Amino acid sequence: MAANKHNGFTNLGIGIGLRIPHYEHILSKKPLVDWFEIISENYMLDAGRPLQMLDQILEQYQVIQHGVAMYLGSAKGLNKEHLRRLKALIKRTKTPFLSDHLCWGSVDGTYSHDLLPMPYTFGAATVMARRIREAMDMLEVPICVENVSSYAEFHQSQMTEWEFLTEVVEQADCGILLDVNNIYVSSQNHNFNPMDYVNGVPHERVGQIHIAGHSQFEKYILDTHDHPVLDPVWKLYARAIELCGPTSTLLEWDAHIPPFEEVHREALKARKFLDVVEAQKPNKAPARVPTGSGCEAS
Amino acid sequence: MKRRKKNAGAAARSKPPLEPPLAARRPKPPSRVASQGELLELQRSMLAAICRPLTPSFHMQQHWVDGSPMKAYAAKFMKPNDRLGSFERLEIYNRQYWFRLLDCLYEDFPGLQAILGEQKFNALGRAYLTRYPSNSFMLRNLGERLEQFASQEPRWLGRHKRLGSDMIRFEWGQIVAFDEPALEPILAEDIAEANPAKLRMSLQPYVVLLELAYPLDEFSVALKKQQSVRTEAGEAERQHAGVKAPVPLPKPQPTLLAIHRVDNSVYYKRLEPAAFTLLNELRQGRTLLQACAAAAEPELSPEKMAASFRDWFAIFAQLGWLCRRQTSGIKR
Repeated sequence: MAANKHNGFTNLGIGIGLRIPHYEHILSKKPLVDWFEIISENYMLDAGRPLQMLDQILEQYQVIQHGVAMYLGSAKGLNKEHLRRLKALIKRTKTPFLSDHLCWGSVDGTYSHDLLPMPYTFGAATVMARRIREAMDMLEVPICVENVSSYAEFHQSQMTEWEFLTEVVEQADCGILLDVNNIYVSSQNHNFNPMDYVNGVPHERVGQIHIAGHSQFEKYILDTHDHPVLDPVWKLYARAIELCGPTSTLLEWDAHIPPFEEVHREALKARKFLDVVEAQKPNKAPARVPTGSGCEAS
Repeated sequence: MKRRKKNAGAAARSKPPLEPPLAARRPKPPSRVASQGELLELQRSMLAAICRPLTPSFHMQQHWVDGSPMKAYAAKFMKPNDRLGSFERLEIYNRQYWFRLLDCLYEDFPGLQAILGEQKFNALGRAYLTRYPSNSFMLRNLGERLEQFASQEPRWLGRHKRLGSDMIRFEWGQIVAFDEPALEPILAEDIAEANPAKLRMSLQPYVVLLELAYPLDEFSVALKKQQSVRTEAGEAERQHAGVKAPVPLPKPQPTLLAIHRVDNSVYYKRLEPAAFTLLNELRQGRTLLQACAAAAEPELSPEKMAASFRDWFAIFAQLGWLCRRQTSGIKR
């Protein structure tokens, strides 16, 4: 199930986010890493060192593109220049699919550079699904949309986030990048059971999974990507791959970045969970579980 | 630290905050989101609030643009929970927005911060981003209009108007030199074989020519050196070793500079006045003959001038600075 049309029929194993402090280590030591994920916008340039580094990485490794600024949920539509540069980058990386977020972030040409939550309404889902289809048509690669961490909810919402995500991806016929850390962060900020979320999404559409660390504040949790993955998130991950099958998994570590080996070691902790699921093959992964039937993550 | 905050507060009280363009339009949050138009209005309402400047104590402003309580505005679309009200939830995004973008400006303009000091740099950054919020999907372009803003409102540069303005152009020039495209270069032989009365060429988009009133190349190198000593030694060792801060501000000294890149590293190159004029003229579309005529120094003999031109073109060609003119502009 994990290799599907939404991820270009790939199951890449365990990857880590490509970050500048690790360039030298990767290029000189050539560590064994299944794949790297890049932030597309960091390489949507005409020339210069970032592209030189990327080309050297591409000689050795599979690279998957992950975007942060397509803003598929922005009401005013997609930025054509963004898509043009993204397409040029796809040609360079040959990424079999790409991902961006279930969010918006710009209005009338003003950019927030943030991943802002959507109002969970049928109207908004229709708008977003249309944008995703437009993007897939233009880019000619499958797209997986990632659930974001959020700190706010709208009065106008009509459904849960996972119902909204399902509505969007089914209308758009696209994939899901399931970020189990984001699910945990949002569950704590909005008082829902994170297992309901993991159980409630269409598992056959999950093309990739993100894991990461976060920071606990007095009244909310912030998605900081600056810590090792915490136990409740590993529990959600275990459940996700039980339901989705072995799926390409990526550790995000974006702030206070430790040495490469430490990040890689943390990512490889996913292996023991994947091994359990692999051992259960060829058992068919279970169908989608009704909301409310999961166990507590924490 | 306390003193800095007090000063920041006083400065903010004396200058009422501007309103970013989105907030100035006073969007109204819709009661439902069933259509694209209603989604647009909700997004305008939220982003308008997020882009508004923070208070001096780094919190969301207590009043909306029309003077009504911000709590009431936030409550129109933000749902509270058992720990945070609508105001507090919206404030998380308002703070994240400013912290992220100001951090980015700090990264792109460290020299300007060294000149103005943290407090004044912060005030400039807030005023700039309020007037000119980001209009690009790439944070790389965040400082693109800072020079324009500083020329419109030089008061934000305090007593360092020319130095600050030069530093903005110098630091933005490094961003351009870092990643602008490289076109196919023109070789020295091509130039030698061409008719100078007809040959028009240009400079690589990544070559930035600057006429500065201060030697900012030297100042920037000194700042970087100090920063690297700080990073390597750590603060305690730095103090123990007697490494002094800050680097003295440069004294005025007319400086003609090219910022460029070689093997993807950014370099600065000082230029003689005639060489600077020559490059500028070529960039503006003059023929080789016209550019040389504009750059020629009357006090030099034609033979000496010709020798200088030959030397310069050899260097420019070796560096790959010269390229064919583009019939269409390169838009970023």
